[in-house]
Amino acid sequence: MTPGRVRDPMPGSLPSSPLLSVRGVRKAFGEHVVLDDLSLDVHAHQVVVLIGASGSGKSTLLRCIDLLEDVDDGVIELEGQDITDPRLDADTVRARIGMVFQAYNLFPHLRVLDNLTLAPRLVHGTGRDQARAEAMAVLDRVGLADRATAFPDELSGGQQQRVAIARALVGRPAVMLLDEVTSALDPELVGEVLQLLAELKQTGLTMVVATHEMGFAREVADEVCFLHEGRVHERGTPAQVLGDPRQERTREFLRRITG
Amino acid sequence: MSWAPSERQQERDAYRRSRAHRSTLVAAVSTVALVAVAVLALTSSPGWPRVKASFFDWDVATASFPAILDGLWLNIRVMAVSAVFILVLALLLALARTLHGPVFFPVRALATGYVDVFRGLPLILVLLLVGFGLPGLRLQGIPTSAVVLGGIALVLTYSAYVAEVFRAGIESVHPSQMAAARSLGLTRAQAMRHVVLPQAVRRVVPPLLNDLVALSKDSGLISILGAIDAVRAAQIETARYANFTPYVVAGVLFVALTIPLTRFTDRFARRSGWLGAQSALAGGGAMR
Repeated sequence: MTPGRVRDPMPGSLPSSPLLSVRGVRKAFGEHVVLDDLSLDVHAHQVVVLIGASGSGKSTLLRCIDLLEDVDDGVIELEGQDITDPRLDADTVRARIGMVFQAYNLFPHLRVLDNLTLAPRLVHGTGRDQARAEAMAVLDRVGLADRATAFPDELSGGQQQRVAIARALVGRPAVMLLDEVTSALDPELVGEVLQLLAELKQTGLTMVVATHEMGFAREVADEVCFLHEGRVHERGTPAQVLGDPRQERTREFLRRITG
Repeated sequence: MSWAPSERQQERDAYRRSRAHRSTLVAAVSTVALVAVAVLALTSSPGWPRVKASFFDWDVATASFPAILDGLWLNIRVMAVSAVFILVLALLLALARTLHGPVFFPVRALATGYVDVFRGLPLILVLLLVGFGLPGLRLQGIPTSAVVLGGIALVLTYSAYVAEVFRAGIESVHPSQMAAARSLGLTRAQAMRHVVLPQAVRRVVPPLLNDLVALSKDSGLISILGAIDAVRAAQIETARYANFTPYVVAGVLFVALTIPLTRFTDRFARRSGWLGAQSALAGGGAMR
């Protein structure tokens, strides 16, 4: 393994430089190589959708970006800073990234509002009243201001996932990572979550979204990346990747999921 | 609501009611029969008159009752004070075992060793070693009261057990909760304190109350150090009247003390929906 080279800091990063840059990332669990020399750039205000079969590395990539897993090799840069540098405080990096999980992962012992204010109060040192006001504003944005005092298990799956999105948003993250956020939902609840994500795109939020919802990818994505065997096998506009894929693997994958 | 049960439903309800009546009757008859057989077997045994005289003497029972009740009050106080120290020490031990990083290796090792030792040692040995060993050191400030020494021994042993209960609770919280907390930027310690521990403690309340019931009985063991608790008082009364009835009185008192505790545990668990898989059954699981 070669250690990540120390790069010259870029003075006043260029407008064209990516917000998030993944370069040559490798991640293996034991003998099983999940990410293999994977590279991906995400620019500010872009929505990048990751598609691919289960086990293609979508979730692992998102967990590596959020530093929930250490990469085995390669570099991940956020706003020009190498976040894979072990000397960096990982907690402050995670606070700049919003992550939403497939199973919501809300804190069941805390009310909705307290789920949202926990990190601002502990991590950002926000005062109680201000944290509550900001959390209520975000809850209002996801349409759940009236459920602020409910416990997570009193909400529907779609509502829980919208709370989870609100919880990630309240820290004003530089980028949002969404890991198959509709996969655990009943079909009639998927729409409300995808609708919310489309609205968030309109506000200019940068998002990396792993999903199996091809309709969503077609409508909302700026770029679609097809992951196969731990690499970005094909990338391009939704129309190109989903409508006219160049790679045989991509065609095969799309055939299988559309039945 | 204008719903009225259909004829079919009325017929079903009538059937269920008749079955319920029958069940009550069967339960009553079988209980009476069982008790009758047991009583008959006991009273018709050849030694019964002598056993009755030496274990169930009403006059001895009433005469020895105040002294034993006095002793029980000591058990209750020892139990209550020990329980507080046990919970604090056990929580610290459990948390010590979850610490990460090489700096904390000695703390982790110490906590693990402590739990290994005091879970393995019989309580009665710890009582004897602490009760007669600690004062033997003749150090300044070491207590010499049998009650305090007995309490220390109880805390040492029980905190090892309770630490394992806490640890099981911490490990039962799904790792995704830790991941969610860390993804928001919380440190490991913050995530433990605000996300994992509150959930872990709620889950282990029933087993903790169970250990409290066990503690209330084992508090009787401090009598071997000479503290006059309910067990010791019963022993003295037994010697005074040359009759074993005081032991039965003490036994009844201990049971009377622990039954409310166990009932409280059950109700607490049910109210909080902590009966595990059973509570997951729709409608409380009234299955045919």
